[in-house]
Amino acid sequence: MVGSAQKGPAPTARPTLVSLRHITKRFPGVLANDQVDFEVRPGEVHALLGENGAGKTTLMNILYGLYRPDAGEIWVKGKKVEIRSPRDAITLGVGMVHQHFKLVLPHTVAENVALGLKGTPFFAPARAVAQRIRELSERYGLPVDPERRVWELSAGEQQRVEILKALIRGAEVLILDEPTSVLTPQEAQELFKVLLRMKEEGHGIIFISHKLDEVLSVADRITVMRRGKVVGTVSARETSKEELARMMVGREVVFRLTKAACKPGEEALLVQDLYARNDRGLLALKGVSFGICRGEILGIAGIAGNGQRELVEVLTGLRRAERGKVLLLGRDVTNRSPRFLSDLGCAHVPEERIRMGIVPGLSVEENLILKKHHRPPFCRWLFLEPRAIRAFAQRAVEEYAIMTPSLRTPAKLLSGGNIQRLILARELSGRPAVVVAAHPTYGLDVGATEQIRQLLLRQREEGAAVLLVSEDLEEIMELSDRIAVMFRGEIMGIVPAGEATLEELGLMMAGEKRVGAKG
Amino acid sequence: MDVANWLISTVSRALAFGVPLLWGTLGEIYAERAGVVNLGVEGMMILGAFLAFSVTQSTGHPGFGLLCAALVGGIAALFHAFLTVTLRANQYVSGLALSMFGLGLAGLLGRGWEGKPLGNPLPSLSFPGLSQVPVLGPMLFQDQTILTYLGIVLAVLLWLLLFRTRWGVAIRSVGENPATADALGINVALVRYLCVIFGGLLAGIGGGYLSVAYRPSWTEGMTAGMGWIVIALTIFAAWDPLQAIWGAFFFGALYHLSYRLQAFLAPELLKLMPYLFAIVVLAISGLGGRRRRGRAPGALGLPYVRGER
Repeated sequence: MVGSAQKGPAPTARPTLVSLRHITKRFPGVLANDQVDFEVRPGEVHALLGENGAGKTTLMNILYGLYRPDAGEIWVKGKKVEIRSPRDAITLGVGMVHQHFKLVLPHTVAENVALGLKGTPFFAPARAVAQRIRELSERYGLPVDPERRVWELSAGEQQRVEILKALIRGAEVLILDEPTSVLTPQEAQELFKVLLRMKEEGHGIIFISHKLDEVLSVADRITVMRRGKVVGTVSARETSKEELARMMVGREVVFRLTKAACKPGEEALLVQDLYARNDRGLLALKGVSFGICRGEILGIAGIAGNGQRELVEVLTGLRRAERGKVLLLGRDVTNRSPRFLSDLGCAHVPEERIRMGIVPGLSVEENLILKKHHRPPFCRWLFLEPRAIRAFAQRAVEEYAIMTPSLRTPAKLLSGGNIQRLILARELSGRPAVVVAAHPTYGLDVGATEQIRQLLLRQREEGAAVLLVSEDLEEIMELSDRIAVMFRGEIMGIVPAGEATLEELGLMMAGEKRVGAKG
Repeated sequence: MDVANWLISTVSRALAFGVPLLWGTLGEIYAERAGVVNLGVEGMMILGAFLAFSVTQSTGHPGFGLLCAALVGGIAALFHAFLTVTLRANQYVSGLALSMFGLGLAGLLGRGWEGKPLGNPLPSLSFPGLSQVPVLGPMLFQDQTILTYLGIVLAVLLWLLLFRTRWGVAIRSVGENPATADALGINVALVRYLCVIFGGLLAGIGGGYLSVAYRPSWTEGMTAGMGWIVIALTIFAAWDPLQAIWGAFFFGALYHLSYRLQAFLAPELLKLMPYLFAIVVLAISGLGGRRRRGRAPGALGLPYVRGER
């Protein structure tokens, strides 16, 4: 270290790698960061915890040069610096793994790593870099094949490529934005091992998350942000889940949901021997059968890509079934249009909420009536009825607590949790008979997750049949009355939630059929 | 012998006519690989054709004429780059405007020269030994200017640059996923500017070839829709400079053959040919679209704004 004046309060404190001081960043209508202080030392994992929209990612984008702060200073290794672009950040030894990976999918791993990398030869840069990729993957335990094309890789492997990209650029500080949101529990454990290895090598790691358990297990220090401000920094060893949740949400959080006993009514949705193909033309559903009664939640568990997406799409009319039947309230609705299904009372909470759930450029009120815009009272002849729309939207925004500056705000400007509440408000209005919910809490924070789950439980109590597809096993076990596990387009078994154990579900997810399962 | 003669002249003419298509397509491939569609090829080519003609006529140096053609193509492309990269205007509208503007301006400036033949066109190369080879000699080594061979060499070099060098990785990444390139410190705007301008340079030369070599004269609208074929060929070649070579010469042959139908077809129908070809090309590429390699660059046509969600 250069003789930087370290007047650290704790004598044992190692010099900081990066220190952000009084960072303020304003976006139109929002104070995203308000006088934020944050630092990371070598050999530590410093978690940045907070709800969605708390300003975590904004702060890190400032450190990585994607945004310029309105006020405040950035110090790197004791020197005040200006970071104008990611290139500056990289030169200063800051690397970032974005939540949505920044990879060129059609290119090879090596090409992705070589992109913009200093010191690679002009000719055949990918070949030169492949060797260094192998060395680093060996050293940190990040196995990946440099010749593979990125689109062929799993999310976990793509994340390794992102980490390697940062390491090869000499990152001393690595920012990981919600790194476990795309990983299976096993992959997350692998990642934590890699982080440990990096800590030993003296790297500083900034771990952005809203998941309390993983932050507690992986971090040394935890800084909690709420609404653009730092609430406090605590040592992971001296805090608890409850304390963190309180700091994050600003009130007490209940971790157990109260759930009334299941009183199943008539069968609302019946699926018989369903076959369908995926986008590549391969069979993705191979004889799926199940039924859901009113007042019941059926959870579909399984690792992503085992036919869940195709199942949801067939049920909501977005994909053709090749064989088999779908019965909605006793009527054969196989391969009917999405509008037909929705008119019959089938609600869809889609997997990709921005791409499929809303029209990002349309306003909140327009998004709220999307399914009913063609019918009275929202429309008469050719013309929309703005007053009816406004009144409906006003009620929905209040009932579902959608935080939006106005009803005319484009929906894309809302946070993830608010977008999801908007979708639920639209889908659940008008008492649907069946609710098909795909990954409804994916990527949401504690507060929003809790609300969404309660909304689904309310639907169940009001007599809807709910199909819940999720990769979050705890969510499945907590909400469902029965759990079906999918593997390679088949249902491995259906178990009552009360009898299900994590081990049994895990085995079925890996392809083991339950004895006596009715296909 | 008649068949042989027919074949020889067809191949030779196909090469000659394919040259402007090849140069234009190579340029457009680079612009589109960086994510910018430039529908202004027709305009850049006609400006190139006019400038090459007028400069050569005035100075007597066809080489200098072609240089000026490249420059005017580059300058026109610079406008397109400024509009679409810096101001983030719609690429299609800007490109169409550039085509219309180029056609109009060249027509206006060229009034005094209309119909005039060029005194000293770009000379054909002579290969004393090679051109004596039976069949192949007259096919490939007679009545060709340097631009034929330069174009082929250029295509190979551009393929190497695109797929085997650091710059190529940067260009392709900018066209596929500019946010990624930006996050790694690549100057997205700079790469796009350079590629679009480079595309303009090549289109200008392609146009200049028409007026100083292929048909050494100036007539208004002499590019006759070639710029649009270039756009279609870019897709047909799957954005690959090597495939552009045979694509360009294949279309050169088609064009030449349709010309031979002059005796049987109304001239209006003949004029439709290039557009018909463009439609056929797009249909063919669309039918083969299942193959992954034929995929367009991921960010083609999209302006890049940092940090937008």
